Amino acid sequence: MRIYVCVKQVPDTSGKVAVNENGTLNRASMATIINPDDLAAAEAALRLKDETGCRVTAVSMGPAPAMGMLRELIAMGCDDGVLISGREFGGSDTFATSQIIAGALSNLGIGEDDVIFCGRQAIDGDTAQVGPQIAEKLNIPQITYAADIKKEGNKLIVKRMLEDGYMMVEMQTPCLITCIKELNAPRYMTVKGILESFEKEITILDYPALKDEPLIDPTTIGLKGSPTNIFKSFAPPLKGAGRMLEGTENEMVDELVSELAKKHII
Amino acid sequence: MSYNSADIAAFSDIWVFCEQREGKLMNTDFELISEGRKLADERGAKLVGLLVGGPGIENTAKELGGYGADKVIVCADPCLEVYTTDAYTEAVCQTVMDKKPEVLLIGASNIGRDLGPRVAARLHTGLTADCTHLDIDMNKYLEFLSEASTMEINTKKFDMEDTNLKMTRPAFGGHLMATIICPRFRPCMSTVRPGVMKKAPFDQAKADACEIEMANINIDEAVLKTKVVEVVKETKKLVDLIGAEVVVSVGRGIAKNVEGGIKIAEELAEAFGGGVVGASRAVVDAGWISADHQVGQTGKTVHPKIYVALGISGAIQHRAGMQDSELIIAVNTNDTAPIFEVADYGIVGDLFKVAPLMKDAILAAKAGK
Amino acid sequence: MILSEKYEMMRKNFRNFAETEFTDEILDHLDRTGEFNWEIWKKMGKYGFTGVKLPKEYGGQGGDSLAYVLMNEEFSRISPVLAIYANTPNSLGGGPLLACGNKEQLEKYLTPAAKGEKQIVFGLTEPGAGSDAASMVTRADQDGDYYILNGRKCFISGAPVADYAIVFARTDPKQRGARGISIFIVDMKLPGVSCGKPEEKMGIAGYPTSDLVLEDVRVHKSDMLGTPGAGYKTAMTTLDGGRLGVAGQSLGIAQGCLEESISYAKERKQFGKPIAMHQAISFMLADMATEIEAARCLVYNTAMAKDRGDKDASMMCSMAKYFASEMANRVAAKAVQIHGGYGYIKDYKVERFYRDARIKTIYEGTSQVQQIVISRSLLK
Repeated sequence: MRIYVCVKQVPDTSGKVAVNENGTLNRASMATIINPDDLAAAEAALRLKDETGCRVTAVSMGPAPAMGMLRELIAMGCDDGVLISGREFGGSDTFATSQIIAGALSNLGIGEDDVIFCGRQAIDGDTAQVGPQIAEKLNIPQITYAADIKKEGNKLIVKRMLEDGYMMVEMQTPCLITCIKELNAPRYMTVKGILESFEKEITILDYPALKDEPLIDPTTIGLKGSPTNIFKSFAPPLKGAGRMLEGTENEMVDELVSELAKKHII
Repeated sequence: MSYNSADIAAFSDIWVFCEQREGKLMNTDFELISEGRKLADERGAKLVGLLVGGPGIENTAKELGGYGADKVIVCADPCLEVYTTDAYTEAVCQTVMDKKPEVLLIGASNIGRDLGPRVAARLHTGLTADCTHLDIDMNKYLEFLSEASTMEINTKKFDMEDTNLKMTRPAFGGHLMATIICPRFRPCMSTVRPGVMKKAPFDQAKADACEIEMANINIDEAVLKTKVVEVVKETKKLVDLIGAEVVVSVGRGIAKNVEGGIKIAEELAEAFGGGVVGASRAVVDAGWISADHQVGQTGKTVHPKIYVALGISGAIQHRAGMQDSELIIAVNTNDTAPIFEVADYGIVGDLFKVAPLMKDAILAAKAGK
Repeated sequence: MILSEKYEMMRKNFRNFAETEFTDEILDHLDRTGEFNWEIWKKMGKYGFTGVKLPKEYGGQGGDSLAYVLMNEEFSRISPVLAIYANTPNSLGGGPLLACGNKEQLEKYLTPAAKGEKQIVFGLTEPGAGSDAASMVTRADQDGDYYILNGRKCFISGAPVADYAIVFARTDPKQRGARGISIFIVDMKLPGVSCGKPEEKMGIAGYPTSDLVLEDVRVHKSDMLGTPGAGYKTAMTTLDGGRLGVAGQSLGIAQGCLEESISYAKERKQFGKPIAMHQAISFMLADMATEIEAARCLVYNTAMAKDRGDKDASMMCSMAKYFASEMANRVAAKAVQIHGGYGYIKDYKVERFYRDARIKTIYEGTSQVQQIVISRSLLK
């Protein structure tokens, strides 16, 4: 069995976020982290590796700095790392991104016994689409919101979370699973792992390396291949100083509640 | 005639995927049908619900008409009784490929977010997730844009005849808003979170007039690659202060009626949709509530979506534990209380009067939805 | 100082572990009860922090002095006492073994220590022999294949939870001073070995410190470490390595104090504005940050010099420990001052940092001993 873990390097949006005048994100000013759901996916994969001794390959589509993230995953215990990177891939929406990653995974080879782990969603895009779309392009079954994963022979038994409970679902390999960060507590790196990760070479798959893959079609990758485009991006008005409400108690409460309703808070 | 998602002219009507669990329609279905009705009116098109479930599910369909659906197309089959990605994707795609809707909205439940992307990929079209605002009419969109942003709107820069669905959603953890379009493919797909869109008032006459059509689908066992072994319902677990989305804290202001003060805090947290009661150090030291409720320098640091401070003065020790909350509402009889310096909304008043009013007003607003 | 990607990744890892695992609850409990936290100890072993600087062939991670310093720094930034948990096997415990242990001894004692399975402590100090370690009176009298140890060691960090102790004892009573001292690996379970009552310390509560009492303890000659009579030199070499660890701990404490102070000064308003806007406070912060950066450059540089085998490395280790530990105390004092009355209250982190910082200029060679080492080196 081989496991592929798809990971994304994202800006750390939990802290302060700087927005440019034109409504785009000032990425340069932000620290980058491994997307939290993806880290949980990597931990789930590594736990299966602890049990079965399988090979775990971390895969990411992104610019060169994403290599640092792949090294961290190798330091955590992944066997190798693959970076899918090329100017032709830039500007891709989720449809195009999943196309490219599916093409790369095909290129790396997906065996009958293999599993692809993804995080449920990235904290920058928040769409939760790439995982399922990779599964569709590879024509393999998917289970999302996985909270527990067990291997039984050539089947996986997965606990799939619902809002008010869960489903236990059986799935054949090859297949794809998306994980939520509540699934587990990811392990730390070790110093030995870090030292060894710098000895390993990270494979880079660029457009020339992938262009002959059937899934990599110039009309379905990059900005041109993306069915969705950004029409406008803008910063919501800054959270200003607080307001003291005025009037009788009833009036103040009514105004408060209408403000909350307008902001979709209730 | 093979299906071509790029042949835009061939697609028309607004569709809403309606999710059911255990034979019951979800509240989001009514919210999205209501929103879909507005879009259909803007577009001059029909609003169609797409209901997928086990045999007999068509009996629930008329209710969707009461919120504005002109018609409901029903996919009923034993293999659709419980959700599986494979069966539902088949059912939805077969129906969409047959009828070619222009727009398809899906509620962003755990299931909707599993189904939506798979369907979009199979149909080779675009999907925008977790939308908080939808517009077809450009005028309406520009109105929304001027309220929701700090931008200067120059109408000359926009094509006022553009009828693409403009899907607005938060990005980067909510720090940025983006409006997405899907200009070259159909159906234009969008998922919408539960509770975001407003439910229209129910109209019995419209429900009675709603047309029901049984879809002609054929799902081959061979495409079903997963099997649901069991479905388990779980009651909501006790929420910890630190993970809570809503925290309602009490301070010395509850002194004259400690039990009542804690109770109204609990009720207010419930009204917000469930939350945890917190407390200032003074309340814990006085023995009125246990220490694990304490918010502050000693005690816990919380970052909930909503923090309500009732009768708390807001000394630096307390503020250290809650000042990074997303929205802070403070109630205190003293208008110089430091808590007002960090609050987004401040009410000078008696918490025993104000908090019950808040609770009632919130519950009323929610019921009105 | 700009570190390479490799070391930045290590720092990130150590910081992540400390920030996630060293919770306020755990730290409060440690400070209040002084009880050793076995759970954290086990986690440290699991991730190899107990063997950061120890060789891979003996269960360690194979890291270098800089990795070791970074670990001490990042752990101390959150919890000075928990940093000592990870520090001990790497320096005082493992040091003597690496300096003069034979293969059997390394396999038997160093490997489990590196993996966090067993704890080894350093038994040098006596009631009458602190800075003047060579005046120790603990004896080891030969009896056939055994040595019989008698004496009392004090202020032994970790003794109550240790599995083994590296004990320095006089094997040749005819020799005085530094000569005639040998080293023994003493199994804490041997008859005659006992610990005194754990001391109630000013700070670093949670790593118990006590007397180590030896009453006719029979230790086999195979558990003598190195050559008889050559023990004092090994003690000094070990302490040399430990100095970098203490320097790293000092950096971490100072950094923690600085961050707390900046955050507090921005929040606390007096005279109509945050106190950070008053020059008296902002200049204090500037001084703190500058000293920390200077110390950091010295400490990192020293770590790299030591690994290169520079001839001045030993003197630099003393300088690093001396400067960083004194600096940490200055910075902690300023941090408390900036917090005003709140800095005197246990609710606020700087109160504990201040108490924890105080030991850094004392243990593992006082500042005065460091001055001796440095001046001797200069005047050679």
